[in-house]
Amino acid sequence: MPSPRTATYRAAVLEALFGEMQRDESVIVMGEDIGAAGGVFKQTEGLFAQFGAERVIDTPISEAGAFGIAVGAAMTGQRPVFEVMFGDFITLVMDQLVNQAAKISYMSAGQFHVPLVLRTAVGIGGNLGPQHSQSLHAWAVHIPGLKVVMPSTPADAKGLMAAAIRDDGPVIFFEDRMLYNMRDAVPEGDYVVPIGSADIKRTGRDLTMIATGRMAHVALAAAELLAKDDISAEVIDPRSLVPLDLDTLVASVKRTSRAIVADGGYRQYGVTGEIAAIVTEHAFDWLDAPVLRVGAADVPIPFSKSLEPLVLPDARRLAREAAALVRGFR
Amino acid sequence: MSTSMQAASASSVQSLPAAEEALRLLRGMQLIRSFEEQVRNLSSGGVIPGLVHLCAGQEAVAVGVCSLLRADDMIASNHRGHGHCLAKGADVTRLAAEVLGRRTGYGLGRGGSLHMFDAANGNLGTTGIVGGGIPLAAGAALSAKRRGRGQVAVSFFGDGALNQGLLFEVLNMASIWRLPVLFVCENNGFGEFTAIEDVTAGPDPLARGLTFGIASETVDGMDVLAVRAAAQRALARARERGGPSFLVCNTYRFGGHHVGDKQDYKDDADAKAWRLKDPIERFGGWLQHCGMANASVIAALKTEVDEAVRAAIELAKAAPLPAADDLELHLHA
Repeated sequence: MPSPRTATYRAAVLEALFGEMQRDESVIVMGEDIGAAGGVFKQTEGLFAQFGAERVIDTPISEAGAFGIAVGAAMTGQRPVFEVMFGDFITLVMDQLVNQAAKISYMSAGQFHVPLVLRTAVGIGGNLGPQHSQSLHAWAVHIPGLKVVMPSTPADAKGLMAAAIRDDGPVIFFEDRMLYNMRDAVPEGDYVVPIGSADIKRTGRDLTMIATGRMAHVALAAAELLAKDDISAEVIDPRSLVPLDLDTLVASVKRTSRAIVADGGYRQYGVTGEIAAIVTEHAFDWLDAPVLRVGAADVPIPFSKSLEPLVLPDARRLAREAAALVRGFR
Repeated sequence: MSTSMQAASASSVQSLPAAEEALRLLRGMQLIRSFEEQVRNLSSGGVIPGLVHLCAGQEAVAVGVCSLLRADDMIASNHRGHGHCLAKGADVTRLAAEVLGRRTGYGLGRGGSLHMFDAANGNLGTTGIVGGGIPLAAGAALSAKRRGRGQVAVSFFGDGALNQGLLFEVLNMASIWRLPVLFVCENNGFGEFTAIEDVTAGPDPLARGLTFGIASETVDGMDVLAVRAAAQRALARARERGGPSFLVCNTYRFGGHHVGDKQDYKDDADAKAWRLKDPIERFGGWLQHCGMANASVIAALKTEVDEAVRAAIELAKAAPLPAADDLELHLHA
């Protein structure tokens, strides 16, 4: 069998952008340094040369205003992919996101749609400190009217970006910048992953690890460690946080009777708590243990090399928690 | 006719409307006034829940600008937006139904006065966030520029929005991208209960536009012809790829920030002086002076408009409230 074609996460998203811009004249890309410069992570490289300044629009450092302009453009026939350079900066576009983009379809009774993608790079790594390392997707999932996706693999990133661009409403696309160089199989040509479908990344019997974004890889590594201890862990990446593929998550937990939810955002009032609550509500009678939450420590992400690695649990810590959950001696 | 009216009219002599168009302008302002007065009564009578923000006194701005817009031109309104909606062609019954929270309204009654959208007429909505519509208009202008059919977008906002950072960001981008957008500041002197001069730095609101290299102009916002003339220049510029314009229309709201506002912050003499500049009275006087209409024609027009609004409101009141099934409709596209 020929080995499948591989690409990096970064290239996979870019492939989706190229494909969608070729497919649909109304797709435009907006953001800071995303034009001739090709993006601070080289995540838009080549778009400007191919599609020009009319469709690949460098904005001033004015996130709120530029995002608002993207919302207005989306209401009037464009399909903007608006980039917020670091996920920490979504705080700057929050009013237009929450009070306009999320509500316009509802308030206008479907007269207007906002077919817009907000893509932003999140995640800890590289010692970028407290204002360039956060994963604030919990802010977005709280708002009715938004769809929120968070792919963990190059293939999912390509397929979900295509789906997000084709969606007629606002979709927030969180990509972990520490995954950009990850290489894996990516289907060529037109490839769409439907929004709202989870993916079982590894099957197992003894517990379910529901893990998003980068934490899906941490969970897979933890599952390897657990296998050496004869613990069989299932790993599911929800891929979409809103809408959440409840059926897949709940069916898995009913099979395994134990669950850990792992996410790169803060634990307090976060995504892990919400998923744990949903799973508990729907699979309470099948559970043999409380659903555990694993996430970033509830602190500003510190700069120093000694502290930054302590914020997110690694595979060994996750495996330890999982083993304790399964064996019941926490 | 007042001398200021003569001056304004003289300055806009190239764009004086023919009699038929002039009567349309008058009727457009009467329609807004009538709508606002009837809505005020419904609001203070408790028939309309929540808060409504009326624009009586400011009609000349909405009508002066929108009278020159094409159906495919776009506007983004603000919280004081009934006038913009009507001037851009909204159906009076549907508008009234939305204000009354009825299912036949523009948003199934789920938006109310602060959130009314009319896509067929290019209306991107009223909004409850001060300045919130400004980038939407600029975004619509970006779309218009891409389409290249000469469409223009207009943003209406009050002097309260002059101090929103969002305005500065959008003015900057509209200027560097030469977007076909007209920024219309309806300077009624008060942001909610606070006088503009207490909270606004700089000698003149006009500087907000000039700073960004945008063609800017101040007009008498109580003079529909002056507004119209300035808008005509701005719209021509936008349609000819000349970029954005910034228009400061000095006007006055005859009512409070919302119905029920006691308006203790207003100076009585000042309010009285502005009342004398009532844009409908003044324009009616001008029409008579020019021989375009006599008092009985104007009175008949007002009666017709009052009756039309009354009938529309009755229809709206008779319409059903949204049902439980409507709670989640259109949440996602």
